[in-house]
Amino acid sequence: MKISEIVTLLNAKIVCGEEFTDREIERAFASDLMSDVLTTPFDNGVLITGLANPQSVRTADMMDVSTIILARKKKATEEMIELARENDAVIMECPLSVYHISGILYTHGLSPVY
Amino acid sequence: MKFEYHVEGGDFLNAGNASGNIKKVLKKLNVNPGVLKRVVVALYEAEVNIVAHAYRGNITADISPQKIEIVLDDEGPGIPDIGLAMQQGYSTASTKVREMGFGAGMGLPNIKANTDDLKIESVVGKGTKITLLFNLA
Repeated sequence: MKISEIVTLLNAKIVCGEEFTDREIERAFASDLMSDVLTTPFDNGVLITGLANPQSVRTADMMDVSTIILARKKKATEEMIELARENDAVIMECPLSVYHISGILYTHGLSPVY
Repeated sequence: MKFEYHVEGGDFLNAGNASGNIKKVLKKLNVNPGVLKRVVVALYEAEVNIVAHAYRGNITADISPQKIEIVLDDEGPGIPDIGLAMQQGYSTASTKVREMGFGAGMGLPNIKANTDDLKIESVVGKGTKITLLFNLA
């Protein structure tokens, strides 16, 4: 699934990495606990989280996850956007809950990590 | 090839700087992607541990064709019971640390799972020295 399709499906707003919307995403993982993300290898995936601080961007980078969806109306901070730019990552903001976002993406064919 | 980084306790804004830099170095050196992922995950967990628990610390990464050895040496409260700290789910993390998405008692077990060898030396009231070893050859 292309990032641009995710943006349309979720009516999300890209706040960083507009130039990468053609990237193909294969799977998704949802968590607010970065320790969980660090035990779950999922290259070429998207992280759905309500954790709006630089550690979500750092953690995604460590796992080679280049797309982050911020759920529950969370806003990306300036530090997050700066860090994401350095890593060529995409951050989008979405007003929906993690459950709702996951449901939409799952029913449109985006695979879970497990 | 040796790299050194300083880490300040409590500085969550920069937690992960050293790990991010070492990741870039290892990518340039064409380190096997599977090993690279293990190094980066273990190192990031350990770097976050310094920020979360210690006052300050130093990270030294020694990279050779045969192995990668990373030492994280901190000044901090130390670990009174290393066996307990290694248990999944055991944590002494503050609320602040938990707000950052950590502190679930998963860090040390995940470091162990990702290293070929892990050595933890700790003196209560002084600090903790963690040595991570990854074989390349």
